[in-house]
Amino acid sequence: MGSTLSPVLSHHWDAEKSWTLATYEADGGYQGLRKALEMDPADIVTAVKDSGLRGRGGAGFPTGLKWSFLPAPDGGPRYLVVNADESEPGTCKDTPLMMASPQMLIEGVAITSRAIGCDHAFIYVRGEILHVYRRLLRAVEEAYEKGYLGKNILGSGYDLDVTVHAGAGAYICGEETALLDSLEGRRGQPRLKPPFPAVAGLYARPTVVNNVESIASVPAIITGGVDWFRSMGTEKSAGFGLFSLSGHVQRPGQYEAPLGITLRELLEMAGGVREGHELKFWTPGGSSTPLFTAEHLDVPLDYESVGAAGSMLGTRALQIFDDTTCVVRAITRWAEFYAHESCGKCTPCREGTYWLKQVLGRIEHGQGTMEDLDTLLDVCDNILGRSFCALGDGATSTITSGIALFREEFEAHVTGGGCPLDPAASALFEYTPRRSDVRALSGTAAGTVGA
Amino acid sequence: MTTTTPKTGTSGSTPAPADQVTFTIDDVEVAVPKGTLVIRAAEQIGIQIPRFCDHPLLAPVGACRQCLVEVAAPDREGNVRPMPKPQASCTLEATPGMVVKTQRSSAVADKAQHGVLELLLINHPLDCPTCDKGGECPLQNQAMSNGRGTSRFHDVKRTFPKPIAISTQILLDRDRCVLCQRCTRFSEEIAGDPFIDLQQRGVKQQIGIFDPGVLGFAGSEPAEVYRGVQPDGTPISAATGLPSTDPADPAGPAGMATVDTSGRPFASYFSGNTVQICPVGALTSAAYRFRSRPFDLVSTPGIAEHDSNGAAIRVDHRRGVVLRRLAGDDPAVNEEWISDKDRFGFPWQGLADRLTAPMVREPGADGTRGELRPASWAEAFEAAAEGLAAARAAGGVGVLPGGRLTMEDAYAYGKFARVALGTNDVDHRARPASAEEEAFLGHHVAGSRMSVTFADLEHAPTVLLVAFEAEDEGGITFLRLRKGVQGGRTKVFSVAPFASRGLERLDGTLVQAVPGTEPEVLDAVGTSSESSVSAVAEALGPEAVILVGERLATVPGGLSAVLRLAERTGARLAWIPRRAGERGGVELGTLPTLLPGGRPVADPQARVDVGAAWDVERLPAEPGRDAEQILAAARSGELGGLVVGGLDPADLPDPAGARAALEAVGFLVSLEVRASAVTELADVVLPVAPPVEKAGTFLNWEGRPRPFPQALTSTSMADHRVLDALADAMDVQLGLATTTEVHAEIDQLGGWDGGRVAAPAAAAVEPPALGAGQAVLATWHLLLDAGRCQEGEAFLAGTSQRPVARVSATHADRLGIASGQGITVRTPRGQVTLPVAVTPMADGVVWLPTNSVGSAVRRTLGVDAGAVVEVAAASTVTTATTAADDGGTL
Repeated sequence: MGSTLSPVLSHHWDAEKSWTLATYEADGGYQGLRKALEMDPADIVTAVKDSGLRGRGGAGFPTGLKWSFLPAPDGGPRYLVVNADESEPGTCKDTPLMMASPQMLIEGVAITSRAIGCDHAFIYVRGEILHVYRRLLRAVEEAYEKGYLGKNILGSGYDLDVTVHAGAGAYICGEETALLDSLEGRRGQPRLKPPFPAVAGLYARPTVVNNVESIASVPAIITGGVDWFRSMGTEKSAGFGLFSLSGHVQRPGQYEAPLGITLRELLEMAGGVREGHELKFWTPGGSSTPLFTAEHLDVPLDYESVGAAGSMLGTRALQIFDDTTCVVRAITRWAEFYAHESCGKCTPCREGTYWLKQVLGRIEHGQGTMEDLDTLLDVCDNILGRSFCALGDGATSTITSGIALFREEFEAHVTGGGCPLDPAASALFEYTPRRSDVRALSGTAAGTVGA
Repeated sequence: MTTTTPKTGTSGSTPAPADQVTFTIDDVEVAVPKGTLVIRAAEQIGIQIPRFCDHPLLAPVGACRQCLVEVAAPDREGNVRPMPKPQASCTLEATPGMVVKTQRSSAVADKAQHGVLELLLINHPLDCPTCDKGGECPLQNQAMSNGRGTSRFHDVKRTFPKPIAISTQILLDRDRCVLCQRCTRFSEEIAGDPFIDLQQRGVKQQIGIFDPGVLGFAGSEPAEVYRGVQPDGTPISAATGLPSTDPADPAGPAGMATVDTSGRPFASYFSGNTVQICPVGALTSAAYRFRSRPFDLVSTPGIAEHDSNGAAIRVDHRRGVVLRRLAGDDPAVNEEWISDKDRFGFPWQGLADRLTAPMVREPGADGTRGELRPASWAEAFEAAAEGLAAARAAGGVGVLPGGRLTMEDAYAYGKFARVALGTNDVDHRARPASAEEEAFLGHHVAGSRMSVTFADLEHAPTVLLVAFEAEDEGGITFLRLRKGVQGGRTKVFSVAPFASRGLERLDGTLVQAVPGTEPEVLDAVGTSSESSVSAVAEALGPEAVILVGERLATVPGGLSAVLRLAERTGARLAWIPRRAGERGGVELGTLPTLLPGGRPVADPQARVDVGAAWDVERLPAEPGRDAEQILAAARSGELGGLVVGGLDPADLPDPAGARAALEAVGFLVSLEVRASAVTELADVVLPVAPPVEKAGTFLNWEGRPRPFPQALTSTSMADHRVLDALADAMDVQLGLATTTEVHAEIDQLGGWDGGRVAAPAAAAVEPPALGAGQAVLATWHLLLDAGRCQEGEAFLAGTSQRPVARVSATHADRLGIASGQGITVRTPRGQVTLPVAVTPMADGVVWLPTNSVGSAVRRTLGVDAGAVVEVAAASTVTTATTAADDGGTL
């Protein structure tokens, strides 16, 4: 089973003006909130706990359990913060969700806020996706107009304000404590834990930070019920999720399916990899997760199975690479991303990603040595588990797994003095070489800032 | 419960108290108080875990990752489970049963530490041979102990233009920085001057000031690199960063400085501490940069001489020249912090105007006073002894020791006055003082040592400041108060004319008082329901502390009111003077009404007591004159002579009058370190040693003795030794030639359990009525100003606050001026013109810095706080100028 799609979050994405409140209501929107307002807040928490919903932002922490960590109310404010800072390369689930169905997120925010006793919720949106930001602002406005937000929501006596905040373009702000610092107007860098956000989060008050998809799943759990939700997915990875297929695939896009579906099944629905090519490697959960190959086509995409197979389900960002792709090149691009996005707080990530980027750049251009491969692995070992937050760990995933799976291809770059593959062949569009020189070797001019 | 191994010794091992945590580090069992960090616990058993960002006085941050250790901890069932990743021991609190393995016993921890160190070094320049930190650098040391022999990094290092100047004193080499954030955390957590912060990210992340050039703002000039200075301190390159151009806030550092994160020009009094805690050579001071190698320096512990805190310092010198001073580590007093004045303000002790040989005045052949000429010690002593004997016969000799003395020197001055000169005319207070204050000191301060301590300041629930600017007049006292405030323990109130920036950083509450009305305000506490004082009344209890500054002496009835308030509320009361020798003088008897130990001169038993110890038949019983009276008597010829110690007439309430007295007096002996306004008028000049060239003991405001050894080899003698020899020449045996003798005598004298001087009960005076164009003057010293002990340090001077006058907005409107425009404050004596800073304060008050460049209030205006002055918009002014018409050159 599980081979069929289960469009819940994406149920009305194909409707006319799907993002409007009217369309959402026509599709049964805000029934969950009406029901939730009649429930005891504790029962909402219990329902979400029982549903087995796990955080959809990557780590997979049980959502209901997270809510239950909040200390007992002390009369002071408590906050819900929605993490909509979707920035991982390959991950593209929250952005289309908020574009097509922002009201679903807002309904989820309202229900969750009610559950945890919060009367001011924040949605922290990645600043670069301006269109989404505008759409959210309009959606919140519409929800206020219809009384789904604001004072005395639907006559229940419950008040809730929602603030949509645009980030300034930093991958690190997807880390929940860095997000909170950024939201407070500080420099976005991860905080020391403990205290955890549940105890002292936003403005040092108890705070729940959840991913967009997690929160958007809440209304369906309330209306559909725990048993319906648990009927999908696996025992420990219940429910449905958006699987984002990208890369060398015939029909890329978001496929909403129960957890536990396999890439083979998803690829069938997506029309397979590019015509005339074979699958070479893929990421199960975005660029921070160790690579998989065709061997792993039948790994059920749930938290436990992917973990057992040596990777992470992450954000279910399935980036598909066919046999024309140079694995060194792909990994170098990711390494450059991490070097660019490292926040700089801790030594291993700040210095390590800078080093990895340069070594990989040399190897890619045929100027590496065999020794470099060992250095890469050892530097990765010195970053993994040593950095302040998980960003540093993520930066090493594709490198260590890539060398383990494709060592001969790395060596071919060294011995062959360059890339054995044609970059143009892997391109899905007309390819223009980005640069001919290797900046890592030419170096930066003395006295300039940065490299 | 965790199981304990049966092996643990049965003898002598006591069970850990309830709030103790027992766990193991490298198989050594250790018990520490709950909440102790693993890295601290390891230190206790002698295990050094390498670290950069960790600092015991700063909140943990866990940024550098150098201190990673392997940890296992018991789960709920009590099974010890290893944590999946190495943990930063600087952020990890020890828990019962935890098993920690450091680099000594864990390969994982060792590799993690080697790995992090290698990463720290990839972008670090290999410039140790030219770096000031080389030789005392934690990075260098740990690269040796926990690093690799060779580098595997063959790629391109990140570089920065270097160095950039954060202020005239603090320079930053960004390429050396390991981004541990000690400096930014110090600035934010300790000093509250967040002038620098992290900026950019990833490998481009750097410590910095708000500099558009560094931040790459469109159209901005690239950051200027510091290129050194001319011998006079003027920079060689163009401006660095952004000097304050905001006319709305003309207050700011005097030299070039950049704008801190709060948008204010950086002028921290504590910035030098960031240089000391920097674990690499990224932050350096312009004064010390490239001057020396640490291994060429000889270090001697010392005590800072600039204020009454008695901060522990370390004096680093080479071949008889002091090259730098660092903060000493004294948890009871200054913790590990000192002010920039204590750190950088040492060149005065070795300036070219140092007196090296005694001088006597050779009378002119034409009957004029003649000129000073060098003389032998024997000749000088003879001349002084003769002159003093004659002066004593001609009405007596007054003694003005000055407020910067060690206990030993103060004791010698007091004894010299009473025994050799037979007078109680001795007063160390070289500042505005009063008889009320003298009574207050004799009643409350003398003999009450350690009744309030630094530790009390950070634990008291309430601290009330009266006539005391904690930052400008207290230095590190401010830091200790702020620690209590930051810890959520202490609430600060201040009776002052306006809320200074220091008070704001203490989250303090202003109890506004126009100068002169302090007694009225203090008396209203607890007796009036007025909202402005009711909060203070509620907060003041037996646990509370009242800190009163020396300035309250100028307010009639002020100290009497403070005593009443302390009695009414039960709050403890401490007096914090500015100078290092004030408390010692009170305790050792350099006040006209006090003998050593707080013994009242008026008490016959006290006189007998001291007389017996001093082996003299009788001590002068008649109360002496205070400093003002001594000078007046000298001026009028009543007194025949003066013995003057380290004292600047410009600090006295009436500098012109003081100068006239020094000129008029029949015979003047000066004991000085450097040529001064006193020495040039003296008949005999006896050079004495500065603190760095003598051993001694300062008594700080707590009453805590702060002994220090002699740092530099020197032929200069301390005051007590000179006085001993001078007395000898007068056929009087003081027996105070060595510190050992002085200490023995002080010990022998012991304390005094007899009666104290009666409490003062001076009446407050009605505030004067203000006419049109008049205002009440408020004034106090800024920490960095035009004082003589700060001379010779241009870099330090550049970080002082730019002098401004302060008036309220209404007042400024009435005068028709805005912030940044000139205001002239005038008395019949002279006028001061400064840019104005509009400040929320009472109308009809104008504030001036007491002794800053362009604002020498006492010298120019001849008045002090509480006086009525004329205020007007300056006719033509943009910059600070002083019209000094006191006719003197000081």
